[in-house]
Amino acid sequence: MEAGFAASSSSKGFMDTGEQPHVLAVDDSLVDRKLIEKLLKNSSCKVTTAENGPRALEVLGLGDHQRNTLDANVSKVNMIITDYCMPGMSGYELLKKIKESSILREVPVVIMSSENVPTRINKCLEEGAQMFMLKPLNQSDIKRLRCQLMNCRS
Amino acid sequence: MDVGQMRRQWVEYTKSLFMEGFLDSQFEQLQQLQDESNPDFVVEVVSLFFEDSERLLNDLTRALDQPSVDFKLVDSYVHQLKGSSSSIGASRVKNACIAFRNFCEEQNVEGCRRCLQQVKQENLLVKNKLETLFRMEQQIVAAGGSIPNMEQIGF
Repeated sequence: MEAGFAASSSSKGFMDTGEQPHVLAVDDSLVDRKLIEKLLKNSSCKVTTAENGPRALEVLGLGDHQRNTLDANVSKVNMIITDYCMPGMSGYELLKKIKESSILREVPVVIMSSENVPTRINKCLEEGAQMFMLKPLNQSDIKRLRCQLMNCRS
Repeated sequence: MDVGQMRRQWVEYTKSLFMEGFLDSQFEQLQQLQDESNPDFVVEVVSLFFEDSERLLNDLTRALDQPSVDFKLVDSYVHQLKGSSSSIGASRVKNACIAFRNFCEEQNVEGCRRCLQQVKQENLLVKNKLETLFRMEQQIVAAGGSIPNMEQIGF
């Protein structure tokens, strides 16, 4: 890894120097959680998974019973990747909550969906999603993701 | 059968599964993700899939048995099954789900019931095929061999 990828001062940076990026993956499907976890681990990421929006918010320290301050015990997350279609809180609603948070709004959020719906994609991008990815994900999708988030020059 | 013959048999069987459309390239993704740190990855993910699919197929049977069918609910089950089958590369199950969703949209009960039978059948077929494949893999490993890499043999 080039030293040039050290986190720039203007952003939290997807990749802190020398550390594995910590990704929070949110999906209600157990099969998909297992798959995304392996894909990310194979790309040297530390992974936490959550099966729904509320649980993801807890991991991020934004849970209902947590105060809206960065809990020292909450492991710093460098990126969130979430499914769009989830029962209860959708990926879009989760995205909005994250962007509403003064602490977490800088964390890149990627939305995944099995359906290619342009209005859905635009809605998410407008709300601040970094990327929209079509499922099922594969290794080259994850490479592309890392590249984009680290402003790779390929 | 020696290890070489077992490996060749595995390759031929795997190829047939792809050619007959049971599996697609997403399954290859799973195979490529398997490594020393996770030597049973494919079996684990596939097992999770079949637990999931069995549950969903039961839910679908129940939902379509109701006097008044909730098509939104039926569609949500099929959507889930389509998603997970797609994620493991179970192509014929996925395609059967796509057809199923069309009948949900049309609120066609008979059509949905036929599709459910189709999906059940495809699910069972691919389950048997994969069990056979995994058995072959166990035999190869037990005989001291390694499972061929599909990428390497240029498939």
